[in-house]
Amino acid sequence: MKNIYLVKYGEIAIKGKNRYLFEDALLSNIKNSIKRLGKFHIKKEQGRILIEPENDIDSDEVIDKLKKVFGIVAVCPGIKNEEISMDSIKEMALSHMKSICQNNKYTFKVETRRSDKSFPLNSMEISRDIGAYLLKNMDGQLLVDVHNPQIRLNIELRNSVYVYSKVIPGPGGMPVGTNGKAMLLLSGGIDSPVAGWMISKRGVEIGGIYFESPPYTSERAKEKVIDLAKTIASYTGKFKLFIIPFTNIQMEIFEKCPHEQLTIIMRRIMMKISERIAKEENAQALITGESIGQVASQTIQSLAVTNAAVELPVFRPLIGFDKEEIVNISKKINTYEISILPYEDCCTIFVPKHPETKPKLEYILQSEKSLYNMESLIEEAVANKEIIMIE
Amino acid sequence: MEEIYFDNAATSQPSSKVIDKMIDILTKDYGNPSSLHLKGLEAERHIKNTSKIFSSILKVEEDEIIYTSGGTESNNLAIIGTARSYQRRGKHIITSKIEHPSVYQVFNYLEEEGFEVSYIENDSQGYIDLKQLKNEIREDTILVSIIHVNNEIGTIQPISQIGEIIKTVNTNTIFHVDGVQSFGKMPITPKKWKVDLFSISSHKFHGPKGVGALYKNKDVRLRPLLFGGGQQKGLRSGTENVPAIVGLGAAAYEIYNELNENRSHIYRLKNLLWEGISNNIEDVSINGPNIKEGSPHIINILFKDIKGEVLLHALEAKNIFVSTGSACSSNQPHPSDTLKSLGLTNEEIQSSLRFSFSKYNTEDEVKKCIQELVNIIPMLRRFKAGGRHK
Repeated sequence: MKNIYLVKYGEIAIKGKNRYLFEDALLSNIKNSIKRLGKFHIKKEQGRILIEPENDIDSDEVIDKLKKVFGIVAVCPGIKNEEISMDSIKEMALSHMKSICQNNKYTFKVETRRSDKSFPLNSMEISRDIGAYLLKNMDGQLLVDVHNPQIRLNIELRNSVYVYSKVIPGPGGMPVGTNGKAMLLLSGGIDSPVAGWMISKRGVEIGGIYFESPPYTSERAKEKVIDLAKTIASYTGKFKLFIIPFTNIQMEIFEKCPHEQLTIIMRRIMMKISERIAKEENAQALITGESIGQVASQTIQSLAVTNAAVELPVFRPLIGFDKEEIVNISKKINTYEISILPYEDCCTIFVPKHPETKPKLEYILQSEKSLYNMESLIEEAVANKEIIMIE
Repeated sequence: MEEIYFDNAATSQPSSKVIDKMIDILTKDYGNPSSLHLKGLEAERHIKNTSKIFSSILKVEEDEIIYTSGGTESNNLAIIGTARSYQRRGKHIITSKIEHPSVYQVFNYLEEEGFEVSYIENDSQGYIDLKQLKNEIREDTILVSIIHVNNEIGTIQPISQIGEIIKTVNTNTIFHVDGVQSFGKMPITPKKWKVDLFSISSHKFHGPKGVGALYKNKDVRLRPLLFGGGQQKGLRSGTENVPAIVGLGAAAYEIYNELNENRSHIYRLKNLLWEGISNNIEDVSINGPNIKEGSPHIINILFKDIKGEVLLHALEAKNIFVSTGSACSSNQPHPSDTLKSLGLTNEEIQSSLRFSFSKYNTEDEVKKCIQELVNIIPMLRRFKAGGRHK
């Protein structure tokens, strides 16, 4: 008998001929997520991924990591035996029950699935016989309840026998890397990490882009963004974070454009730079944490004007979310505590007192005409980017 | 790019002599001073040696020195220890409005615990109101705690005069002085000044972090904060941090050995910086005392229409390290209480920077810093917050 983890996945099982691509991606993502915890044998097996630790490992640590791998619907820690016989199933079932039962009384039910149709008993019969065996051998600790049992003992007969009772929900979604790549604009606030997490959950590989404006923003603000990126990477796996020096561009806008348009023009240029990085990185979309009406630059008019700056699709997964809903997700994915550290945009110098809330593209384009140095400033900023590998 | 460190009031670079001594102790004399054997005795001797150094600098007895984890613990032990020990005599305690958080937060705590606290006002240069102090001291006043040199603006309180006032009105009132910024910068004579308790922090004068001292007049009883093995006569249980205490002693010895040279050197640097800034940059002023009166190592300057934090980061980019009196982040709506007590507006407080020097700084560094300020400030002023488009 060996300890194992059965990994269940949902959506990717229905992807027809491309199914193996999704399964291979999930397998490889699982490998990467737990490789530091010990040696594992990981393989596909009839609609499941099977993880066998080759040495002693901390099971809680493994489960914590697996709970963050997109594409996993559930993780079931259990035991495996290659011998397929009623005697071995009985032994496994009893040993598993003993390991999970304290001194209390429990209600239970046995559920059997078999893909090995040559086995002499059918699923119902196996469940019944094992149930009876457990009742007899657990010193009266167990009571049958087929509707609402405290313990659901699962037996799966495949090319081996698997027994488990815990079904720990995973994050769902699709394996990262199976749905292309997008660049996430990371600000250090609450929203952008959540947006990145959500798109990544759909199988999209991400890269990060952060605009820094020293001396108006500090090294600590940058540290904070790196910490946020690392938290996101605990779900997505490693990715590149691009840090773009932005001070000169902001000053140029500040000097040449009407101040109520500063934010909107600044955001348009951020989008343009991001698109450039995206193309270099072979990414097919941008991701932002915008949500309608949250601030002046996120009115429907502002979003339209910002959007017009680029050709790539811009994913805004939080567009219809309330702040509270976003905060709840950020708490769940552990980015909230980092996001609320006080270093973000410590200086309001470039924020106009009365920002434009209903910008018209034609006027913005008109204002941008005075930014005749902008192309070379953008090139300079992109050339001076810093790239950090986030793991 | 050479690093220019002008944040010595925050912490200072450890002296290489101090480091060598500490490595030596960590490597060889690692015994526990409470052990009965020879290794213990060696360690005990090292502590005694530091006490000897303090005894000669402060003109006090060797057993009047308690070792702590630093300035914060010294202040806590002095204030809470006195309050708890003498509360039957009275529950009135006095402090000023320009104390370090490790003093005023302790007073806030004691106020919650039922002590009555009087806060002494100060003038626009940071000097406390001696008349008010005299009037506030009562029969049931058990403690007065005053900072010697203010950590943000460098005001030096007339400690000797304050000691005289306190003891004249109530000879039983205990006088604690937070000397974290003054020790190492000027002669300190607690007994002459009628100071009963004096806090010292090692890392402010090129010693290691995590160690400090408290001078306690032997007639003063303190209730300890930490209980355990009864080390340091039960006043501060816990195995003594021998290497750090040795480092503390070595640093104290070194700084007082050349006190006058060090003093005039850092005073010259402070003057040079202010001359350079005031002659070349418009709209600047000193927060706190007159340049001749303040502590030689601290100067706090208001740069009008500049965000202090931005200027700090701009200097940082040139490898020059200074300090703001306040963080301008939204999470800290309360800028420096000290600067506020001088009558500065929030905007002025956010436009202020502290430069603090040590003996390791040079005139060239100061000149370089002036040059960088002259380059940076006009640019930063052009991009003034909320400024209108021309």
